[in-house]
This record gives sequence, C-alpha cells and structure tokens, in this order.
Amino acid sequence: MTSANIRARFDCRFPGFHLNVDLALPGTGITALFGHSGCGKTTLLRCMAGLQQATGELTVFGDAWQTAHTFKPVHRRPLAYVFQETHLFPHLSVSKNLTFGQRRVPANQRKIDFDDAVAWLGLAHLLDRMPARLSGGERQRVAIARAILTSPNLLLMDEPLSALDQGSKQDILPYLERLRDHLAMPIVYVSHSTSEVARLANHIVMMDQGKVVAQGPLQETLARIDHPFRLEEDAGIIVEGRLEELDEHWHLARFRFDGGSLWLRQDEKLQPGDTARIQVLAKDVSIALSEHRDQSIQNLLEARVDQIETDISPGTTLVRLMSGETPFLSRLTSRSAAQLALEPGQQVWIQIKSVALVE
Amino acid sequence: METYWEPVWLTLKLALLTTSVLLVVGTPVAWWLARSRHWARQPIAAIVALPLVLPPTVLGFYLLLLLGPNGWVGQFTQSLGLGLLPFTFEGLVVASVIYSLPFTVQPLHNAFDAIGEGFLETAATLRAGPWDRFFFVVLPLARNGFITASVLTFAHTIGEFGVILMIGGNIPGETKVLSVAIYDHVESLEYTQAHWLSAGMVAFSFVVLVTLYTLNGRARAGAFR
Repeated sequence: MTSANIRARFDCRFPGFHLNVDLALPGTGITALFGHSGCGKTTLLRCMAGLQQATGELTVFGDAWQTAHTFKPVHRRPLAYVFQETHLFPHLSVSKNLTFGQRRVPANQRKIDFDDAVAWLGLAHLLDRMPARLSGGERQRVAIARAILTSPNLLLMDEPLSALDQGSKQDILPYLERLRDHLAMPIVYVSHSTSEVARLANHIVMMDQGKVVAQGPLQETLARIDHPFRLEEDAGIIVEGRLEELDEHWHLARFRFDGGSLWLRQDEKLQPGDTARIQVLAKDVSIALSEHRDQSIQNLLEARVDQIETDISPGTTLVRLMSGETPFLSRLTSRSAAQLALEPGQQVWIQIKSVALVE
Repeated sequence: METYWEPVWLTLKLALLTTSVLLVVGTPVAWWLARSRHWARQPIAAIVALPLVLPPTVLGFYLLLLLGPNGWVGQFTQSLGLGLLPFTFEGLVVASVIYSLPFTVQPLHNAFDAIGEGFLETAATLRAGPWDRFFFVVLPLARNGFITASVLTFAHTIGEFGVILMIGGNIPGETKVLSVAIYDHVESLEYTQAHWLSAGMVAFSFVVLVTLYTLNGRARAGAFR
C-alpha cells in the first residue's frame, strides 16, 4: 500500500442506509471513489468535507480535521469541493467567482496563481461573463478553477462530469488529466463511470452499500476477482505501457507492456514512444489451450491461469490470467471453463478481441 | 399649512422607522423560518402571519391592554422610567412593527428559501464563515426579497388605520397620521382636504408599486446580463 497521508474513518446512519468506512488514501494523484448510485460514495465525500456530520476521525497530512471530540467546520478546512451542479454564484462574474475563495485564503498560503489556473482550464476569454451565459462544460471548468485557487491540501470532486453531455465530457477530461499531472494535491474523485475511472484514477476505492469492498492502486485492484464487488459487463483491467512501431499499411500501432505486446488501431494523437493506458474488458478475452493462428483475432498472448472464481451472474466464470507481470481477466461461460478443465498454474493462450485506448 | 403637512411628515417618519426596525428584526426571523427544522417552525410562522388575517381592531385592542398600565409590557416600560407607550409616537412604532411584520418576513422567507443549501455549502468550502456567507452570498442573492419586503412594509405602514386609531388615538403632531387625518376631514365634511390627501395616497401607492415591479423585473433580467 502507498504511504497513507489521509486517514478517514466514518460511521453514519440514515433510515435504510449505513455508511461505515475505514480508509487510508495516498497523498498524491487521483483516488476514485467508485460504486453504483446509492453506495454512499457521495456521503463519504461530504463527510470528508465536513458538510455531513458523522461520527469518526479524519486526518489529512497530519492535520486532524475531525476526531472523536473535535470537528473543524467546513470553512476552516484547507480543502476544495467541486459539486456536480457547479453552484457558480449567479450574482458574480466568472472572474469574481474565481477569486471568491482565493481572496479568503491568506496571501502567504496561496500556492496557485490566478493566471495559471485560468490558463490550465482555458478560461481567459470567459472572465467577464456572467455564469448564466456559460455552457455546461464551461461552468464546470470555472468551478474547478475556483476550487483549486484556494490552494487546498485536498481536492474533492463529486461526479463533476455526470451532468454533462458526452462531447463536453470529452472536452474536460484532458483538463483533469493536466491537473492530476501538474498539481501536487491529492484529488478524491467520486464517479460511477468506469471509463472516467479507467482514464483518470491512480488509486481506487470500490464501495457497495456503505462499505468499502476493495481499495488499492487502480491496475492491481481492478484485476482482483476475489472481492464480492463485481463490475459485471464492465469488469476489465487497465494496462499501462508504451507505443512502439506503427504499421502504416494496416493502420495499427504496437503497444508494449510488461508481459508482451498488443496491436491497437492507430490513434493520430499518439506517437511512438508515448506512454498510454489501455482497457481490456473481461468479456473481450477468450481462452484457448493451444495457439490458433487460423482465426480473425490478432492479439494472442501466452498466459498462465492464476485464479478462477464464479461470477456474479449465473453460469459465468471469471478467470484471472498472468501474462508476465500483467494480469488479465477473462469472462467465460461456466460450461466452457469446465470443458477446458482450467486450473491454476496451467499455461494457455488468451485471445483479445478488442482493446480500447483510454488516454 | 403647517398642520396640513404635519400628518404627511408624521406618516413618512413612522413608515421609515417601522421599515428600518423590521428589516433588522425580520431578517433573522425569516432566516430562522427558512433554515430551521425545529418543531416550533410552523407555529412561529403562523404567529408571524397572524396580523394578515386578524382585524386591526383586535390587534390594537390587545396591544392597548399589553402596553397599558396593567399590561406586563406597560409595567416594564414604566419601571424603566419610559412611561406608557399608548397614545405616543413610540407606541405607534411598536404597533406598526407588529402589524407589518408579515410584510417583511414573508418576502424574505421566500427569498431565503429560494437560495438553497448548495450555494451556502459551496461558499463554506471556499472558506467563507457563517457571517461571511450571509453578507456575501445570501444578501446579494436575496436582493429582490429585500426590495419587496422594504417597499411592501413601507407602503403597508402608510396605509395603516385601525391599529393606529386603537393605540394612538388622534393627537396632532404625535399620532395623527395621514389615514386618521383623512378620516377626520371626512367626519367634518371637509371633502376638499380629504380629496387632496386621498388622491395623494392613491398616486403614492401607484408609484410605489410600479417602482417595485420595475425593480424586480430589472433585477431578474440582470441575472442574465
């Protein structure tokens, strides 16, 4: 586990709901709080902010925000919060919205420059506008810039993209990546979208019915099949690697990772040498006992069966396979798993029907 | 001429003072009604609204008893050496504050309700403490509510008659306000004077309401500038 700079323990009951978590989160990068709606991820975020009262403890970089006997009010916590609904102040222009929080932070604690935030989020041409005259994506970018301008020690984001259409989402994701890579501050990001998590997160906390069912570094945690939380159709893994050669004729690019290489469709944004993340869904991975070249699937990897578990939906089995040091998941019908007589340690071939570049 | 204008000045003074007092007193009451989840919220809202439905004479009657020599407020003011409030200008202010309370509290209550928790939570995460949030988020967002409350309270106090007659009587220069003066003129069959004052009131009320609607309309349009 990464060094834990954020320790959070909360217990909070509503009629029909019980949040009970004990977390250790890293002090850098994006941590995704992930789960179905109603799993308590937003409640947990609100508890961390102090917007929701709960019994528990919270320490951020050694600073006690909540203990059994003390509760620091929201406005005294060096945090920032980006709400799903943005809540830009309608009576203030964009630039006055941006400085609302910044002006309330003592000058010697301001680490983020106004012009930098404006540039990172592409707001220079919007500064004099009133919020009512902004598009959904623009509003969310203003809300994010306003939040980071308080130079927080912890940035909390509650599904900042979920109210946006697909196009605006795609527009904002690069800004979020830029923040993740530029800012030293940890970001806790609530989401129920696997694609957002796959693209942004470094660390993941999976929640179900108010409990944490798995947590850890993203790649490692997604590849675990022993926890009770299943992504069903979205089960899959993330692989980080590097683009090597391009095959101009077939419009393909070779993606090399620890354990082998795969062919991807070429993407004009990526050049050989660039690092990239790909997602391989369990439903797109099939297993063969020998190497078959007489078929349409191009991506074949030699792998070792690591672990076999029954899946959540009846009649399906999840298999975890290791190609070198990289884990893959495969989702099979239980009948084919039985016919192949798979068992841990066995050497097999995996056939990958589709690979998606997530970044 | 002096006596002709006296009720007008007295009325304006009363309305201005009542509005100022009510903005200070009514704002926290309206805020509490809008934010509290206390069980007493509905009963208190009902008490605040009572002057809307009670006949002014009923209100005036109880105020007279309460502020009079045997009422506990009357005994209190006497023990402070302030004397008795009925039949004084100060007594009128107290009565008007109570009589016009709903005209301040209800518009403010609606305005505060409309702001919603989200903006306040956002302001808190942007390091604004409770007072800071009130002055820099609530007040500007409730601006229309304050305009409406002030104008309605002012206008309503000017039109007050029954309560004044009950508690203030008809003392020139002290409690003889416009509405009472008009009543006097009519009683004495001085229709010319009654006409002047009444027509003045009609014109004034019309101007006030036009101003209110224009201001509110403009403020609404202003949000989309």
